[in-house]
Amino acid sequence: MKYFPHTQDDIDKMLQVAGLKSMDDLFGEIPQQLLFNREFALPEAMSEVEIRKFFEALGKKNSQLVCFAGAGVEDHYSPSIINPIISRGEFLTAYTPYQPEISQGTLQYIFEYQSMICELTGMDVANASMYDGTTATAEAMMMTVAAAKKRNKVLVSATMNPKVRRVVDTYALYNGIVVESIAEKDGVTDLADLEIKLQGDDVAGVILAQPNFYGVVEDYTGVAEMCHARKALMVMNANPLALAVLRTPAEWGADIACGDGQTLGIPMNYGGPYVGYLACTNALVRKLPGRIVGSTTDVDGKRAFVLTLQAREQHIRREKANSNICSNQSLMALFVTIYMSLMGNKGLKEVNRLSYDGAHYMANKLVATGKCSMAFDKPFLNEFAVKTTVSPEKIQEALLAKGILGGVRIADDMLLLCVTEQRTKDEIDLLVETVKNL
Amino acid sequence: MIRNYDKLIFELSKEGRVGYSLPKSEFDGCCMCSELPANLCRESLPILPEVTEFDVVRHYTNLSNKNFGVDTGFYPLGSCTMKYNPRINEEMAAHPAFAGLHPDAPTCSAQGALEIYYNLAQALSEISGLASFTLNPYAGAHGELTGLMIMRKYHILRGDLKRTKVIVPDSAHGTNPASAAVCGLQIVEVKSTPKGTVDVEDLKPLLDDTVAGIMMTNPNTLGIFETEIPEISRLVHECGGLLYYDGANLNAVLGKCRPGDMGFDIMHINLHKTFSTPHGGGGPGDGPVGVRAGLEHLLPNPQVKKGADGIFYLDADNASAGYVSNFLGNFAVIMRAYTYILTLGRENVKMVGPLAVLNANYVKESLKEEYYLPIEGVCKHEFVFDGLVDKSTGVTTLDIAKRLLDYGYHAPTIYFPLLFHQSIMIEPTETESKETLDEFIGVMKKVACEAIENPDVVKSAPHSTPVRRLDETTAARFPKTTYRQMKG
Repeated sequence: MKYFPHTQDDIDKMLQVAGLKSMDDLFGEIPQQLLFNREFALPEAMSEVEIRKFFEALGKKNSQLVCFAGAGVEDHYSPSIINPIISRGEFLTAYTPYQPEISQGTLQYIFEYQSMICELTGMDVANASMYDGTTATAEAMMMTVAAAKKRNKVLVSATMNPKVRRVVDTYALYNGIVVESIAEKDGVTDLADLEIKLQGDDVAGVILAQPNFYGVVEDYTGVAEMCHARKALMVMNANPLALAVLRTPAEWGADIACGDGQTLGIPMNYGGPYVGYLACTNALVRKLPGRIVGSTTDVDGKRAFVLTLQAREQHIRREKANSNICSNQSLMALFVTIYMSLMGNKGLKEVNRLSYDGAHYMANKLVATGKCSMAFDKPFLNEFAVKTTVSPEKIQEALLAKGILGGVRIADDMLLLCVTEQRTKDEIDLLVETVKNL
Repeated sequence: MIRNYDKLIFELSKEGRVGYSLPKSEFDGCCMCSELPANLCRESLPILPEVTEFDVVRHYTNLSNKNFGVDTGFYPLGSCTMKYNPRINEEMAAHPAFAGLHPDAPTCSAQGALEIYYNLAQALSEISGLASFTLNPYAGAHGELTGLMIMRKYHILRGDLKRTKVIVPDSAHGTNPASAAVCGLQIVEVKSTPKGTVDVEDLKPLLDDTVAGIMMTNPNTLGIFETEIPEISRLVHECGGLLYYDGANLNAVLGKCRPGDMGFDIMHINLHKTFSTPHGGGGPGDGPVGVRAGLEHLLPNPQVKKGADGIFYLDADNASAGYVSNFLGNFAVIMRAYTYILTLGRENVKMVGPLAVLNANYVKESLKEEYYLPIEGVCKHEFVFDGLVDKSTGVTTLDIAKRLLDYGYHAPTIYFPLLFHQSIMIEPTETESKETLDEFIGVMKKVACEAIENPDVVKSAPHSTPVRRLDETTAARFPKTTYRQMKG
């Protein structure tokens, strides 16, 4: 076996040093009835040649589709240099940077990642990353409850992505947190409903989305004041790519920003790995869960980076920790850091503009077919909901036959469509043509 | 290699440089800038670098040179199972037929992916002896949390709402009590005996009808097998609680015994430990959770199932503990672990535990004259020293760890478990050769010698690393966590 270096001679000598006669003696103390004594019902070992063929065959059972689906996961362009860099063994095969003297590579890119997340969101401080956007939002919820001390209710807008909402609900259930929805009105959060629900002075946090689940860019003017007047924290789940052009969570007055970094060039990977981000104001930094990297100096005065504010964390505080999170999504944080470095302001804006152009072109064309109408008359970037006269199932079936993933069905008569810079005019025209011919 | 490279990517920035190329717009008549209402657009410009592609390549390559991974050298970090991470796993994980799949793609277009998920779950069942697995949790701690949610949901569905306590040994990983707290459970600590195992006599009075369950790892964090597990299992089940197995130490018994056969009801596995997916500097990993027969319906949604027609589909059970992740976990990590199991095959999977345990015992026995071994006897995949035998020179565990860096080794886990003051926890894993271990043993002996003959060189270590000991106090007192804050 190529992963095992032991020769029989090695084994014999090592057993001798350990004062044992046989390999079985290594497990001599284990009660007999617990020992596993049959062959595993697993396939026999495969060579690399066989492994490649095996996965090739499995891959053929998937279909490669032209992707117009979004709903939190978008088909953006991944620059070619990212994978070779993150595949370097020094990054890939390192553990959490507990020994800073030999982990400056990891620590510095996390510092750069935190800096860039703060630039996009406008927040003061970001942690070293979370598993994904859904869990980052659940952690944001728990931050608001921890900060409020005696309140255990949070409000979540009905315009939140349901995949985020259901994870928030799960975490809330086991923490005794009550989650209430803020009503949706014409595709956006009903601010009148929010105001009413804040009146009990029992709300710890208000969680909003930007752009929201329907792709709509919401106008949150006055919302921060409304929340803060009732001593509730404002949390914004925002698409970080869109924040290159949109008003930032900080500019809206949010206390916490969170979301998924998948849109920053990470392949869709059938759901993961992605990277969650979580950022907040300075006032909340000690409530922030997870790793945080800070700058410092070494004994020679050299600039260096280190895990800091660790008194918040599980390995020190155990059950009193802010969260049970023990790692971060480090390699994916490196991924998006390289992506943001390559794109810069201009590139990120350009990605938004290209996606915007394609989405608006497609929306106009679809409406012109007479088979679709815009579900909401509201500003959007690269994702929008249409009401369809034909059932969305039928539309998606017809598109699938053409090799197109025709968006995500979000109601019996509603389809959510997403366009990225990777979609060409020909692809969009084919989609529109197919819908038109139904 | 640039020596003493110390630039931030921001410091390479020069106005006008670009690192990307994008297609030209094919769509006339749209203008985002004029169409989007001004109050929805950001006012401030973010500070992001303006650099070329080559700048980025060289910058991060230079950063990587300041890092230490399993590929770089021996990494005996206890409880972390730093084994070799094969590249074929990476190649398969990046396969375009999988990497391009959108999670909302219809299941008919993702049958290959679902088959991998299903098959890995089955393989983990066979290896662990538990009936059914979800691969949805993203990490070990996330798996623990999911497992505890399952435990709570089990009691809630039986209408037994008073069970809100979970018993955790004092030697447990810090994530155990933290996960229990996040799951809304109160923690009750059970003591260890002088031999390092759970004290059954201390456990007995804790068992009443408010106990939801117990969390254990076996072997425990001292690397000692809990031989009384059948009795513990009987006692906990008799009082109506469930047994949770923290799979962080599964590598030790892989192929020799199974948590399901020990009486555990729920467990998680760290794919990034036992099944060789890379740690990535702290993630992404994946933390599959298994349950015994009768608890399957409690696994998180969505669940991957196989129809009688052989077609895979997604299901959601109303009794489920809930949704814990975006979709089906870190799918690309799942592909790596599956590749690893297929590469090992049934004939080699069973050798993982024995070889890992052989390596640990070899190192332990070779060093116990210099380092104080508080608990004698055969260990499993790891063991713990309580500092040097001769502590008279004041050289601490931290000093030893830092000195090892000078010799080109990653340090062991230090100051954990909390049972001893000077814990040094060593886990060599099965992929290290006798030669590597011999060299490490030699260096450990040398450091022990230095501690007596020239303690200052150890106390001031490391000397040859890219940076030396850091001022962590100032970092915590005046945190500077972004480039903007650093510039002041």
